[in-house]
Amino acid sequence: MAAPKKNTAKEAGLEHAKGNGSVPEFSKEQELKALRDMLLIRRFEEKAGQLYGMGAIGGFCHLYIGQEAVVVGMQMALKKGDQVITGYRDHGHMLACGMEAKGVMAELTGRRGGYSKGKGGSMHMFSLAEHFYGGHGIVGAQVSLGTGLAFANRYRGNDSVSLAYFGDGAANQGQVYESFNMAELWKLPVVYVIENNRYAMGTSVTRSSAQTDFSKRGASFNIPGKQVDGMDVRAVKAAGDEAVAWCRDGKGPYILEMQTYRYRGHSMSDPAKYRTREEVEKVRHDQDPIEQVRNRLLAAKVSEQDLKNIDAEVREIVNEAADFAQHDPEPDVSELYTDVYR
Amino acid sequence: MPIQVLMPALSPTMEKGNLAKWLKKEGETIKSGDVIAEIETDKATMEVEATDEGTLGKILIPEGTADVAVNTPIATILADGESAADLAKAPAPAAPQKAAESAPPAEAKAEAPQPKAAHHPTAPAAVSEPEPDVPEGTEFVTQTIREALRDAMAEEMRRDGDVFVMGEEVAEYQGAYKVTQGLLQEFGARRVIDTPITEHGFAGVGVGAAMAGLKPIVEFMTFNFAMQAMDQIINSAAKTLYMSGGQMGCSIVFRGPNGAAARVAAQHSQDYSAWYSQIPGLKVIAPFSAADYKGLLKAAIRDPNPVIFLENEVLYGHTGEVPKLDDYIVPIGKARVVRKGKDVTIVSWSNGMTYALKAAEELAKEGIEAEVVDLRTLRPMDTETIVESVKKTGRAVTVEEGWQQNGVGAEIAARIMEHAFDYLDAPVARVSGKDVPMPYAANLEKLALPSVAEVVEAAKAVSYR
Repeated sequence: MAAPKKNTAKEAGLEHAKGNGSVPEFSKEQELKALRDMLLIRRFEEKAGQLYGMGAIGGFCHLYIGQEAVVVGMQMALKKGDQVITGYRDHGHMLACGMEAKGVMAELTGRRGGYSKGKGGSMHMFSLAEHFYGGHGIVGAQVSLGTGLAFANRYRGNDSVSLAYFGDGAANQGQVYESFNMAELWKLPVVYVIENNRYAMGTSVTRSSAQTDFSKRGASFNIPGKQVDGMDVRAVKAAGDEAVAWCRDGKGPYILEMQTYRYRGHSMSDPAKYRTREEVEKVRHDQDPIEQVRNRLLAAKVSEQDLKNIDAEVREIVNEAADFAQHDPEPDVSELYTDVYR
Repeated sequence: MPIQVLMPALSPTMEKGNLAKWLKKEGETIKSGDVIAEIETDKATMEVEATDEGTLGKILIPEGTADVAVNTPIATILADGESAADLAKAPAPAAPQKAAESAPPAEAKAEAPQPKAAHHPTAPAAVSEPEPDVPEGTEFVTQTIREALRDAMAEEMRRDGDVFVMGEEVAEYQGAYKVTQGLLQEFGARRVIDTPITEHGFAGVGVGAAMAGLKPIVEFMTFNFAMQAMDQIINSAAKTLYMSGGQMGCSIVFRGPNGAAARVAAQHSQDYSAWYSQIPGLKVIAPFSAADYKGLLKAAIRDPNPVIFLENEVLYGHTGEVPKLDDYIVPIGKARVVRKGKDVTIVSWSNGMTYALKAAEELAKEGIEAEVVDLRTLRPMDTETIVESVKKTGRAVTVEEGWQQNGVGAEIAARIMEHAFDYLDAPVARVSGKDVPMPYAANLEKLALPSVAEVVEAAKAVSYR
């Protein structure tokens, strides 16, 4: 593929979210949608945590609580046909893409009604209908795969954009940089969304990363990057709009560093000794992405009752999903040998 | 004393070449670095540079001569003060074949314990028989395996716009081993894509493109380099269909030379047959004949699953008869009885077939009729064809260039035991690469690989002769 004219990082403008204050306002409808979608993820994850504690979910289970604004804001910047791919902390991404809570929860419990018929589990779910390409358990693998999705868009000459999500931990994998190089070389339409939740399992960013400003990680490939307040869904959406437009214009890849935080452990079995309870409480109290929206809506004179109704609707979806996921049968034993080849 | 210019080896596997053109005439002055001649191999045309200074005394091999063996003297250079009269002093040119065989001299000693060993034998003519179901009256073309592979890719790319080739040096350089020669010219840079040296990354990009519905052919310059890409091949390509409950698969071919070439030592000589053929979700193909290379690569490109297509650099230049059909497809998963026999079954694939077939010829001279089975596909393995043959012969020998422990031969032996135990008259014997990293020294390298003599010996042993 012929490489179009290079842009330099300087021309593209390495901007940083920190200190450049103004965030575009959401309309009331946008605020309500963001609230509902984030709440769905949070209630879903809380329920998944409960079911895990009851032994209904096995293996690993990585919860997304605290990071909801990232996927919800980014999803608001996409259009139908844009692809999403992520790592193992994937429940929020699936729900944001429009996959049904029932199918996701039933996969967590390993039942036949799950998105992968119970054969993939928490870390491996897909939906071609919703353009969600997984759900990948190997840290960093989704970055090359997501670059390949963008390659297919370029090959076909459509204007779809691929979103490859990965964490601050995955950002240190070699294949991430191999992918950056090819993406910029071939001007592939991929947004690399680095969800910096400050900890790669138990290792803080400062203990693992020589360059802790992840928006600069593409600098040596001339890929523009931006740091974003990943706790503010409006800031996420605005940055997403900019990055996606860049890709759709054929200018190549874009990096967004989402500064976010996970409230729960790395997985359900994480005692979280690497940070203090106070640190977690402070983020929850000062920056919670859902509370931010709720407070803005209340200030805009939306009634408590309207917000309670959203909460009730979300709880019903989640309870129904949990009920289905516990009563749906396990896959038929004949499924052991299916889907190895097609 | 006048200096001899020898036919140079231009690649690790080159055995001979054509002297295409002399660029200097007898009597012309030559400086070190001057291009004096052009040599053609089946891969490329290369220039021969003088490494010595003087006057071109005599051209020993005229231009236009074909199949000049490596190390054959092709000209003499006279040093300052020497004249044509001195030419007589130059060492007598050795006979071309002998020169090739005698280099390097250390090999002669290694010959001793296994006198019938052949290092890089050419493919016996018998193996290029077509599929039994090729229609009668079909025309055949004589092609190198390299050409058969290129034609297979070109045909599939013409047929399906979703098929593309990516890899290192596949486009502008025309392929590190010239397998993709001409594809860039026909299909353009959109579909024939040079990648950076980034195996892990481009394997992942290929798999991602396949997940999006394209049909990539990913060339590894050799499968030794694919170890860097192993995670994407196995964790992403092979397992996704299952992990997604059948929703999302990956139609992709990973291809390139596998196993030992010649004198490239341990890191460039590994046989990955056993590694890949252990993985559910992958199909693994390792053909031997030119017709199979073509028909199976076309089948692999059309297959909706990830396929590992193991080629062999030593075989690239070998020729065979390829059916001249619009769409010659060889089914994946079918072994083929290449030579019929009643006394012992020899099972092999890829370059292992070279030893197997030569051994069968040797055995025939001693009255042992070996049946030779070319596995062609390693996964799914055609157990039935192996078992049927063993039920007839009661004896089996496996031949592979890879290591013995957990090798494909071990798997074949186990299947024979499971399915034909009562028919066996002797334990299954395995001939394989030796349990060492591949050595560089020519004599040691030869010892590390299987040999015709070892196959003959094993066949006799299981026949109690």
